[in-house]
Amino acid sequence: MTAAIVVQTFRFGFLILLWLFIFAAFRVVKADLFGAGPARVSPVPRRGAPAAKQAKRKGPKGPRQLVVTGGSLTGTRITLGTQPILVGRADDSTVVLTDDFASSRHARLTNRDGDWYVEDLGSTNGTYLDRARVAGPTLIPSGAPIRIGKTVLELRS
Amino acid sequence: MPADALRGRAMSSRTNPALATGRSMPTRRNTELVMLIFAVLVVMAAQAIVDATVRGAVGLDVVYYGAGFAGLWLIAHLVVRRFARYADPLILPAVALLNGLGLVLIARLDFAAELDAQSSGEALPGGDAPLQLAWTLVGLLLFVAVLVLIRDHRVLAKYGYTLGAGGVVLLALPALLPSSLSEVNGAKIWIRVAGFSIQPGEFAKIAVLVFFAAYLVAKRDVLSLASRRVLGLELPRGRDLGPVMVVWLASLGVLVFEKDLGSSLLIFGIFIVMLYIATERVSWLAIGLLLFSAGAYVAYQLFSHVRVRVQVWIDPFAFRDDEGFQIVQSLFGLGTGGLFGTGLGNGRPDSLNVYAKTDFIVTTIGEELGLFGLVAVLMLYLLLVERGFRTSLLVRDAFGKLLAAGLAFSVALQVFVVVGGVTKLIPLTGLTTPFVSYGGSSLVANFALVALLVRISDAARRPESPIGAPPPLAEAKTEIVAR
Repeated sequence: MTAAIVVQTFRFGFLILLWLFIFAAFRVVKADLFGAGPARVSPVPRRGAPAAKQAKRKGPKGPRQLVVTGGSLTGTRITLGTQPILVGRADDSTVVLTDDFASSRHARLTNRDGDWYVEDLGSTNGTYLDRARVAGPTLIPSGAPIRIGKTVLELRS
Repeated sequence: MPADALRGRAMSSRTNPALATGRSMPTRRNTELVMLIFAVLVVMAAQAIVDATVRGAVGLDVVYYGAGFAGLWLIAHLVVRRFARYADPLILPAVALLNGLGLVLIARLDFAAELDAQSSGEALPGGDAPLQLAWTLVGLLLFVAVLVLIRDHRVLAKYGYTLGAGGVVLLALPALLPSSLSEVNGAKIWIRVAGFSIQPGEFAKIAVLVFFAAYLVAKRDVLSLASRRVLGLELPRGRDLGPVMVVWLASLGVLVFEKDLGSSLLIFGIFIVMLYIATERVSWLAIGLLLFSAGAYVAYQLFSHVRVRVQVWIDPFAFRDDEGFQIVQSLFGLGTGGLFGTGLGNGRPDSLNVYAKTDFIVTTIGEELGLFGLVAVLMLYLLLVERGFRTSLLVRDAFGKLLAAGLAFSVALQVFVVVGGVTKLIPLTGLTTPFVSYGGSSLVANFALVALLVRISDAARRPESPIGAPPPLAEAKTEIVAR
């Protein structure tokens, strides 16, 4: 038999080891949750927010994220690159809406030299940029809400 | 399916990581490797402590077994690195640690049984640990096979009905076979062929789960939209109750013909919760509880084995010499363990329980590692389940969401039923503790379950946005179709 002190060391040592593993695992979980970008999105879109004021704060690189601030997908955020973003109910859209008032191919967001433009793809109920119905490709000022059916999208830097 | 193969190739050839749209996620494979090494070290430490305490010396065995165990999981890690690069980094380490702790405990119980046999002059029993290690290898092979063969979990949705039918056949098979081939300790849940006994129900669970997910994705609109409002609850139409009633009857059938309380509960519980997740309607939970209560009441009235279980649960000490023996010894074991346990190798779980390696391994953990150790093990399960639900939230397709949530919930429910039964929170039902208990079928089947979770989590965290989506019609090349 092993000495009592050794047994006690094993006894508590192993429990500590086990919990260290759990601790390490939860650090990984935490890094996974909070690792990417700042946290919450305010769910309420600021109606008629002074777009110009927000545009001034825009960094030199332009907006970096597309954030859903209203509708069933609220809280979803998508990192912007250079590729266009398709919004609609079709499965191959970038933002797949589950919104009864959206068409299957509803709108497209395109990047031109760092500026983002929104374009309606002949949807039934239309795309609205901050109150005005979008006809042709329109420049999106940072912070201006894009409304598609019940869904509200915003560009954030 | 050639079309799928083509699509898969198109996917893998798209290597540009800066695809504009998705969340940019690191692969986190190195985190997984570090955590795996940590898990292997914990397992080796456990084995060393057991050796030092029980045999009085630590031999080179620890290093050999440790290296073998590490090798197995390294293979798993490399396969994930190759075939599921973006998979969740915590699923594999959590499972590795649970599996390793199980192996150490089984080896430790083997040794205790040997000592017992020596002291009473009986023949030495063969150890179970090498067999369990072999099953772990088989399980890992299945894990690799699932990851390599199923490159996109959505393929499974196409085989939903086939898998469902296969699952029902597997589930019903032991009931149809003669008792000599299928009955062990009163439960007809085995198939015994050529010295091997497998529990088809463990595999049936996963097949049926895939079927539930495929079926509910197809039918959820009907199940959630058409309804009447009664007493503040949205009740479904009568005809939509059909599938629930079928599953309910099937799980009752398992209970009646196979006397398997655990599987019956598991299958019904999984179905109700998946129905709830698919439709987001509380009324299904209410209906499920109602049906469960009715089924439980009928079973209690009709079947003596159910009645015995319940009576033992209410007062185990009244039956401490026969039916209640196991649970009483289990409670004593947990009591002996206390907060910090007796230390690995210092308890006497072997003399307390016949089923110390299978149904009651949780007691062994509780006795030797105490409440703190047992909670740590439960945390590992919690971690696994949490990763499953997280995967379910992240993945984009409805089938993947439902399947991941169902798989995660099945692990959670199984652990709850086992630990609840052993600690006398609920009546005892014969279910295995996933990854820890001795038992080949359960271990191998659970490896398949984990492989599916890893596959879905890979799809969920992969930065390419709509996975495997065909290019927009306008950009597709014109094709000439030969007739």
